[in-house]
Amino acid sequence: MTEPHRSVLGSLIAIAIVIAAGAAAFAYTAGWFSPQRLTPTRLVDALAPSAGPSLGHRRNHAKGICFTGEFDANGAGSELSKAQVFARGQYPVLGRFNLATADANAPDATVRVHGLGIRIATPDGEEWRSAIIDPPFFAVSTPQGFYELLLASKSKDANAMKNFIAAHPEFAAFVDWAKNAPWTDSYAGDRFNSLDSFVFVDNAGAERVVRWSLLPAAQPVSISPDDLAKRGPDYLEQEIAQRVARAPQRWTLMVTIANPGDPTADPSKAWPADRRTVEVGTLVVQQIEAERDGPCRDINFDPTVLPDGIRTSDDPFPAARSAAYMRSYDLRTSEAMDYPRTSTATNP
Amino acid sequence: MTGIRRRFTPLQRPLHWLIAVGILAMLFIGVGMVSTATPKFLPLIAIHKSLGIAILALALIRLAVRLRYGAPALPTDLPKPMKLAAELSHYALYALMIGMPLLGWAMLSAAAYPVVLFGGMHLPAILPQSDSLHTWLWDAHFYLAFAFFGLVLTHVAAALFHALVRRDGVFQTMASLSA
Repeated sequence: MTEPHRSVLGSLIAIAIVIAAGAAAFAYTAGWFSPQRLTPTRLVDALAPSAGPSLGHRRNHAKGICFTGEFDANGAGSELSKAQVFARGQYPVLGRFNLATADANAPDATVRVHGLGIRIATPDGEEWRSAIIDPPFFAVSTPQGFYELLLASKSKDANAMKNFIAAHPEFAAFVDWAKNAPWTDSYAGDRFNSLDSFVFVDNAGAERVVRWSLLPAAQPVSISPDDLAKRGPDYLEQEIAQRVARAPQRWTLMVTIANPGDPTADPSKAWPADRRTVEVGTLVVQQIEAERDGPCRDINFDPTVLPDGIRTSDDPFPAARSAAYMRSYDLRTSEAMDYPRTSTATNP
Repeated sequence: MTGIRRRFTPLQRPLHWLIAVGILAMLFIGVGMVSTATPKFLPLIAIHKSLGIAILALALIRLAVRLRYGAPALPTDLPKPMKLAAELSHYALYALMIGMPLLGWAMLSAAAYPVVLFGGMHLPAILPQSDSLHTWLWDAHFYLAFAFFGLVLTHVAAALFHALVRRDGVFQTMASLSA
């Protein structure tokens, strides 16, 4: 036996070490020792404009308008995925047209990228949520690259953008698209693309990596940013509301299946144009509602909310987007007083 | 069961250790998942939901067993403040191991997220969608997680203090392998 006094002291020290090690491991896991870790908080903070974020709004794609409608599945997708959403039938849709800006009050003509958030619900209780945009490929290859793009575009260092482009050569194609692709004068004429890849699982368990697009039924009409600016800062929302009030607007949902070896993990790389495609149904937008009191306001169009029959692929973006969207959601729902509902509205 | 027992029952001990491992995993997964934007985020959050509901079920069973069989008495020579701390901290631990999963489930419900567990099991929403409720529940779930971890550390420290310093048999009431 050791001397009692020393034994007690030794025991207390041992206990202190155990507790300190536990606390340190916890702090490490939480990232408190890792200022370089790409956390959802850093990603979302980097999106904020210099004047600060639009409180109460999504931290990106902050300007938007809600819609409701249905997805009319033609049954052809059942060959690719066992999800009920592809079985012939009509399923209710909640969605949101939006502009890729962190400023909820940005004039339409200042925002290059248009987006669409969508949630399709099926009777089996599953949901398919997605948020897709109109460029044909993404700006960068990785979430880290996206973060660096945000930092570079806000940096005061004159060389920041040059250095970013040197480190991310894929960005050049996006710049070319942004400069030269026509702008559209209506959400109704936009083609929206998933860009990210996902895995469809069929009834037999076979897996296929796919991307998908919504192809507009309306003829796209191009417009210069100057002319769009002349139509007013909120023209796109007003126009889609009027257009849908006249008649439902339609998009064909087209699934593109990757060949082995296609770059499934990199949304900045388009797949060759000859890949097999399957038209699986039609999105019908039937009603437009302002976001402030609309049903899309407090929905997170998290692209990883997927029905049984669709899962994420090796593309790293959906996970990063899910993490960041959740952070954005937590922030904006806590700021509801900064974006008050109108007094006549009822909570959804 | 009545009379003086020197140990928790053979049902209570494995329940304790199973839940202990689960809670530690939950706390680490929780702080880990909200601080990463890598592909790990998705499996971590899926485990967090499934394990949380599993702990809720186990904790409810454990509470029922505890109410039925009670706990061994603390040593009579334990100072009053330590006794009080032991009793209060155990109320808090039970409240947290049952309350945290419920807060998480309610928080997801208030945000209209589907709650899907492993095996594709869907849980119903237990609250209507509401930004104000979501905010309240999120804050509660977040801050109580750190309180929970602090309490777990205190619990471990106290258990080791009983085992190594006081050597009063309290640690063995839960740690002992024998029936």
